[in-house]
Formats: sequence, C-alpha cells, structure tokens
Amino acid sequence: MADETITRAQLSEAVYQEVGLSRNESADLLETVLDEIATALAQGESVKISSFGSFSVRSKGQRVGRNPKTGEVVPILPRRVLVFRPSQLLKKRINDGVTKSGSNE
Amino acid sequence: MTKSELIQRLAERNPHLYQRDVERIVTTIFEEISAALARGDRVELRGFGAFSVKRRDARQGRNPRTGEQVAVADKAVPFFKTGKQLREKLNVGDGN
Repeated sequence: MADETITRAQLSEAVYQEVGLSRNESADLLETVLDEIATALAQGESVKISSFGSFSVRSKGQRVGRNPKTGEVVPILPRRVLVFRPSQLLKKRINDGVTKSGSNE
Repeated sequence: MTKSELIQRLAERNPHLYQRDVERIVTTIFEEISAALARGDRVELRGFGAFSVKRRDARQGRNPRTGEQVAVADKAVPFFKTGKQLREKLNVGDGN
C-alpha cells in the first residue's frame, strides 16, 4: 500500500495532462467542480457520480451531548451532515487494488 | 445532481470550453481519486473533504434470512470525511 496523500496539486496536474488547458486553468476548473458539488449539497440536493459514488445530505435532530472533559450536559443543535456512499464499482476496485498490492493485516 | 448535470452546469459556467473537454475534466478528477484510493492512498481536498480507505477485519457474519453463520473476509472500504468549510456551508442560512 502506497499510503501517500493526494491533494489538489496532483488532481489539477492530472487535468492538465489530460486536457489542453494551462496549469492555472486546470486548477481553476478543479475548484469549480468542487464548488458546484458543494453548492448543490448546500441546497440540499444530492450528487450522484456514476461509477464513483453519491453524496447526500441528512438532517439530524437535536440531541443532548456531554462535554467529555467536564461531563457537563450540552444540547447538540439540529444540523445537516453529508454522507458519502461509494458505488459498488469503487468498492470493488479498492478491494481488488488493495489485495493485488499484497497488503495484509 | 448527476454527473451529466454537473458537466452541464460546468459547461454553462465555462462557455469557452468544449463540452467534451468539460466531460474529460470531470471524468479525470473522479478517475484520479478512485485510482488513488485503489492504491491505498488518501485524497485530501482542504475545505471540501478527505477520501481515505479503511480496513475492516474478517468477521463471522450471519445470513439474515437463514440465520446461518458465514465467514466474511477482511476488506477495505472507501470513506469520506467532510471538510470543515463544507460542513459549515451545509449549515448556514436557514438555521435549519
């Protein structure tokens, strides 16, 4: 297992290699993609990317929590959380990939 | 929003690009993320979130229909943790 961290830099480099745009524009486009997804989600829309997975927003009700340090009871306000569900294909690919690279526990 | 709707919206925001290039951009981004995860790498997109691979140990499962015991092999599952900015963006405005 490689255990590296991929960031925007590598993703925009891949876009740059794949499409005939400048490095700057490739980076901007990556940002625009993330921004469109974030905006859709913020509007409560779910985002489905075939063969990758889907992002959806779930509303959570209010519940009581506790400050773990002081033991004090604090209300946790209702909030919206993002859930990512990987596609079957992505799950399969990850298992095949990890098995192939011969990593075991 | 589906992948093709995402492409559509991006194309509208970038009228100087060919739609097929926008398509390739979107495909490339998700392909790179998938490939990284398949290698066991992490993908960290500050403000948006981070994709990683979590390992699950082998366990004894049960067929819920028959109650029969089955061995479930260890596996790797993709995981997404929402970034701070995106988490905040989901909760602004309407006060929910």
